[in-house]
Amino acid sequence: MTPGEPLIRWDWIVSHFDEFAFRFVEHVELTVIAVGVGFVIAFGLSLLILRAPRAEGPITWVTGTLYTIPSLALFALLIPYTGLTVITAEIGLVSYTLLILIRNIVRGIRGVPADVREAAVGMGYAPREILWRIELPLALAVIVAGVRIATISTIGLVTVTALIGQGGFGFLILIGIQRFFTTELIAGAVLSVALAIVADALLVLLQRRLTPWTRAA
Amino acid sequence: MKRAIHVAIPFIVAALVASACGGATSGGAKPAITIGSTNFSEQLVLGELYSQLLEANGYTVNRKFNLGNREIVFPALQSGQIDLEADYLATLLAFVDKAATGSTDPKQTAATLQKALDSKSLTVLDYAPAVDQNGFVVTKATADKYKLARLSDVAAVANQLVLGGPAECPSRPFCAQGLKSKYGITFKDFKALDTGGPLTVQALTGGQIDVGLLFTSDSTIAVRGFVLLDDDKQLQLSDNIAPVVRNDYLTRAGDAFKKLVNAIAPKLTTAELTGMNKLVEVDKKDPKDVAKEWLKTQGLIK
Amino acid sequence: MTLLGDVVRWFVDPAHYQGSDAVQTRILEHAQVSGLAVLVGVLIALPIGLYLGHTGRLGFIAVNVANIGRAIPSLAAIALAIPVAGTLLGVQNGLGFWPTLFALIPLAIPPILTNAYVAVRGVDRDVIEAARGMGVSEAGILRRIELPLALPLVLAGVRTAAVNVVATATLGALVAFGGLGRFIVDGLALQEYDRLFAGALLVALLAIAVEVAFGTFERAAVSPGIRLEQGAL
Repeated sequence: MTPGEPLIRWDWIVSHFDEFAFRFVEHVELTVIAVGVGFVIAFGLSLLILRAPRAEGPITWVTGTLYTIPSLALFALLIPYTGLTVITAEIGLVSYTLLILIRNIVRGIRGVPADVREAAVGMGYAPREILWRIELPLALAVIVAGVRIATISTIGLVTVTALIGQGGFGFLILIGIQRFFTTELIAGAVLSVALAIVADALLVLLQRRLTPWTRAA
Repeated sequence: MKRAIHVAIPFIVAALVASACGGATSGGAKPAITIGSTNFSEQLVLGELYSQLLEANGYTVNRKFNLGNREIVFPALQSGQIDLEADYLATLLAFVDKAATGSTDPKQTAATLQKALDSKSLTVLDYAPAVDQNGFVVTKATADKYKLARLSDVAAVANQLVLGGPAECPSRPFCAQGLKSKYGITFKDFKALDTGGPLTVQALTGGQIDVGLLFTSDSTIAVRGFVLLDDDKQLQLSDNIAPVVRNDYLTRAGDAFKKLVNAIAPKLTTAELTGMNKLVEVDKKDPKDVAKEWLKTQGLIK
Repeated sequence: MTLLGDVVRWFVDPAHYQGSDAVQTRILEHAQVSGLAVLVGVLIALPIGLYLGHTGRLGFIAVNVANIGRAIPSLAAIALAIPVAGTLLGVQNGLGFWPTLFALIPLAIPPILTNAYVAVRGVDRDVIEAARGMGVSEAGILRRIELPLALPLVLAGVRTAAVNVVATATLGALVAFGGLGRFIVDGLALQEYDRLFAGALLVALLAIAVEVAFGTFERAAVSPGIRLEQGAL
């Protein structure tokens, strides 16, 4: 650290709210797109697994392997193909959401008690109706738990995309490191964690609204 | 739930496509431009200089700063992901054409550089008097211990010393490679740190490296009391600052653009550049603000 | 694809197994810092998680610690660890191994703590009541009943922590640490994609090895009766 440099320069923080706002929007955009696209893909793959259980092995293997590739490496390897763009960041971010989302969607739906399903069949529900009107609503708690985890992980990973020119709050962290400017670095880190906490709280609220029957429990 | 997903999908896809198309230009006499920079603070200042000057004159500038080192940024320039970046004559020449010889005469180096860039459809615009070269520094303690004042002094003790610098240093002719061929210096070991930034500074102070690569326009050398080893055999050549721009952009933007950007060069001296660097590195001012102040003082923007 | 060919060539080149940047050296460095971080994480998080689970206190925090831990940007953690390491251990240790270790420990703690808490809470209350009725001490309950029953979930937590740590230790290369991240960071800087890919591959293999090792250990350590009841993972 530069000698005499305080840990946090509050005047800098106060004068940079517009920068924070800009990075906030960037961070939120990257996260929402990643979790949104990830959910759509994960949902499709989950339905596939539920219909054809033999697909579970290979799909879990692929998404699990993607998960073990260190994020920086995954982004870096995409650069020659998709450039230093949002697309590169998103492909990486989406890949990391798949494992947890698929796991929770599948587990949630499988967790619906067998007798409920049997009762529905007995009452004349078609398989499609059973999925959308009975299994999914009952699985919602577990699914939203998965979305919570995926969202928070993504918010943390977005900071790494600063290393390939994107970044959201990660940009502040990286510049802070390069300029040895702890104020900027800490600001980026704190804002990133704060965003995660807020997102988590919002998702918990969403879950409570979607599943009013669990509130009694 | 079902309806929510059906509504969300086209929105998400549209957002994805829109952000991917962000680089599309709008055409017209003042076409939108994407300006890139490598990853050290002087480059952020330079990037802001060009960006703000153009913006003040009606151009839309898309900033893609801090992308990485030249190995990443130059291909981005070639592929069209960025249109302009500020570079250093002799080092860029060595990067683009390993066989070419730069010289200590900037005019000659610029001409040789342009020849090398012709095949890549790039043009180097006017260069500034400001020079920023690789500087090899040691702490005062190390200089006293081994009696080092010039780079020639290092050869005899190099096998006891560790060099620290950017990852590309071992393969760069103005870095470890050149030190070996021109001065006969082979270090004990090399540590990849950053591009003349705080990691290198910290490693020098902490003793993890003995010799560090910093840049001659960096104010840290004076602030920390480091000893800059004299380049007595002239390994470093004329590394004047000059913007490099894509030919297809130049054709679209025309001479007005060229004239505008070239207005910066004559006013940018090494002293001015070092001054701006100090404001950013030591006083922690934003590159954006420092650039704006300088442009105003020089009468280039209001 | 030529990239694959380049990577194979990179692995076969003997020069990559010599000197300070040798593959085996980097693997060892990586494993060392990861192993140490997980060990310290276990020493800190396991007792706390078990205690909180046994007493049922601070449940909200215990359960959400894992979530928030995921959100901490590792990049920032590693950068902030530099001044911490420098102040605690002197400037000569302010880069490389120590800041990387200091940044990885907070990454290892959340999954271990949360899983330990949830695991102990999940033990059948009736069993515990019966034990209390038989005169078993609180510590005895924790040691002889809750811990064995909680073991699978606890081990799963340590496994998650270990895999996360192995993957994140790559960022240490950004603060002058060695490890496999060196190949990734330098490969990216030099645009040497064979080196980058080799580094990524080695990290993935190391993470998978850790998963497999834990899987085997879990099978050996968890009593068969417990495994049957929990419906074998």
